[in-house]
Amino acid sequence: MTTPESARVEPVDESVTTTTVEELRPLYRQMLAIRRLEEASAKAYSQGKIGGFLHLIIGQEAVCVGAIAALAADDYVVATYREHGHAYAKGVAARPIMAELYGKKTGLVKGLGGSMHLFDKSKGFLGGYGIVGGHVPIAAGAALAAKYRGDGKVAMCFFGEGASTIGGFAEGIALAALWKLPAVFICENNQYSMGTPLYRSLAVEDVSLRALAHGMARDRFDGDDVVKVKRRIAEAVQRARDTSEPTLVEVVTYRFRGHSMSDPGLYRTKDEVEEWKRRDPLTRSRQRLIDLGATEADVVALEDDVKAEIEDAVHFAETSPAADAYLPYVIKE
Amino acid sequence: MPVISYREALNQAMREEMERDPDVFIMGEEVGHYNGAYKVTQGLLNHFSERRVIDAPIAEMGFAGIGVGAAMVGLRPIIEFMTFNFSLVAIDQIVNNAAKIFQMSGGQFNVPIVFRGPGGPAVQVGSQHSQSLESFYANVPGLKVVMPSTAYDAKGLLKTAIRDDNPVVFIEGETLYNSTWEVPTTEYLIPFGKADVKRVGQHVTLIAWSKMVWTCLDAAKELAKDGIEAEVVDVRSLRPLDHDTICSSVAKTGRCVIVEVGWPVAGYGAEVAYQVQRACLDQLDAPIERVTSDDVPMPYAKNLEDEVQPQIKDVIAAVKRALYLA
Ligand SMILES: Cc1ncc(C[n+]2csc(CCOP(=O)(O)OP(=O)(O)O)c2C)c(N)n1
Repeated sequence: MTTPESARVEPVDESVTTTTVEELRPLYRQMLAIRRLEEASAKAYSQGKIGGFLHLIIGQEAVCVGAIAALAADDYVVATYREHGHAYAKGVAARPIMAELYGKKTGLVKGLGGSMHLFDKSKGFLGGYGIVGGHVPIAAGAALAAKYRGDGKVAMCFFGEGASTIGGFAEGIALAALWKLPAVFICENNQYSMGTPLYRSLAVEDVSLRALAHGMARDRFDGDDVVKVKRRIAEAVQRARDTSEPTLVEVVTYRFRGHSMSDPGLYRTKDEVEEWKRRDPLTRSRQRLIDLGATEADVVALEDDVKAEIEDAVHFAETSPAADAYLPYVIKE
Repeated sequence: MPVISYREALNQAMREEMERDPDVFIMGEEVGHYNGAYKVTQGLLNHFSERRVIDAPIAEMGFAGIGVGAAMVGLRPIIEFMTFNFSLVAIDQIVNNAAKIFQMSGGQFNVPIVFRGPGGPAVQVGSQHSQSLESFYANVPGLKVVMPSTAYDAKGLLKTAIRDDNPVVFIEGETLYNSTWEVPTTEYLIPFGKADVKRVGQHVTLIAWSKMVWTCLDAAKELAKDGIEAEVVDVRSLRPLDHDTICSSVAKTGRCVIVEVGWPVAGYGAEVAYQVQRACLDQLDAPIERVTSDDVPMPYAKNLEDEVQPQIKDVIAAVKRALYLA
């Protein structure tokens, strides 16, 4: 038997995209802020100030930052429990994110959701969801509403490759394709679903191929270059906006930390992790900025600014009052 | 007698049953190479190989259903849900298939399967991960529902579940895995439908299961300081329910407080209350009290979470109401 043509895994596109300091600077700033935010939350978690599950996106920053940079401010984003970066990239400030992780009254969702459930209606951020795959149809639903109203909005959905085996994903993309909904489905393939490597969860290690069965557009590339992510996702966003057609995009990336704070990540070799750290999207973008003509002083000033922003967010969270209400948020009266 | 953890007790039960019956196998997310998200299946892959300890991708509906199909034709699957919150993704297989096939087939196909994993709120994991779903499953004829509170019960009940010819929903306490109890080295099984009196007392009966048994035992200790002796009845199996043990305790004490960590409306405690009043109306000296979580999705913030969930003080307050001391 031969492998069907359609099931052949193609090499990941690792081409480089041209850019300018003006374009790259804000993207680098966002990625750095997310990294510092994640590092600060890891620290607070180890001090017992943040509880429950904490899933960090360190290493994958270029995906949410690049992808969301391709959206308009009033487009929708739906994400998983690993969503601090997505919320930040969609315009949520570091202060309410950090205060939410601390479970404070000033948190983004009043201390009710925590790390896994950030929501911001004013920013079109439709939430972080804890049940794998269940949010994929929700994104398709926001896209349906956009098409229904004809308001030109696009819904962008993020999920891991581990989500591609569950019904919520399969049904969500199938309906989006059938009804031509203006959605962009982004699989952040960080190659591990908790401790399970790709080859033990997928018969074909290319999630984007699922689009073929639905006649849906697809794309697949590496997620180290934030500008490339932005460009390629912009094509999918344009397709959604212009022709109301969904796209399934797979971005190959890597998380530097464990699945959550409680996972030591023993299923990966040190060498493998180090290998990926050499491709760190932040280091890469920083170098690129310099190569493009930004001065070291300029970049350092930006970095200091980010440091101050995150320190301020931590201070805000630390000094905010405790969460104090849950009863008003069960049923809308 | 060795004292072992609840986690270890469950592990022993599976290991022993897999040694005993080659048709028993385990399937679920991270059960093999990762040794279990909560390390309950520690070492089993190593011991039994990938044929019998199967790592499944995130596809609860799929692997629960595969378990049901395999059980129909004679295997005895143990399906692990990483937590029971994720069983909701598979509930069609549990409720529409596993629970119905014996009846639909006119008794031709039985489904000897165990759906197991942790349930109930852990700590600060938010509303989607903090649910007590036993009342959902206990509502369904065709299922058995078991919730051990101690390592001893966990081992004996899980072995019974694996040997049972019917689908068993076996919900472990997510915060009980490190709790310890004496567990004999010789084999024992605990039959379903047998409640266990975890503490003897004559003034009031506390009825609970899983983690709330511990809360009740702690409350009983406090109450004893005031001279109130509470009897703590651990129902252990919700379906079938042991009416006799529960009702003879209430007949003795005349007061009944039912404590559960789930939601109040249509919670399993309401069924227990109905059964108790029906059997013991004449012996009851006070209305039956219930202690539950508040009727809200679980908040994340620790202070709010503690406010929502039943605490020792809530049990004590309910006991005092039942004794007309409050
Ligand atoms: C339905 C369901 N099953 C299991 C889980 C437990 N769980 C949480 S995250 C996760 C791994 C998800 O991996 P992937 O989709 O690749 O995303 P990543 O965490 O790598 O970003 C699992 C198994 C869950 N939350 N929901």
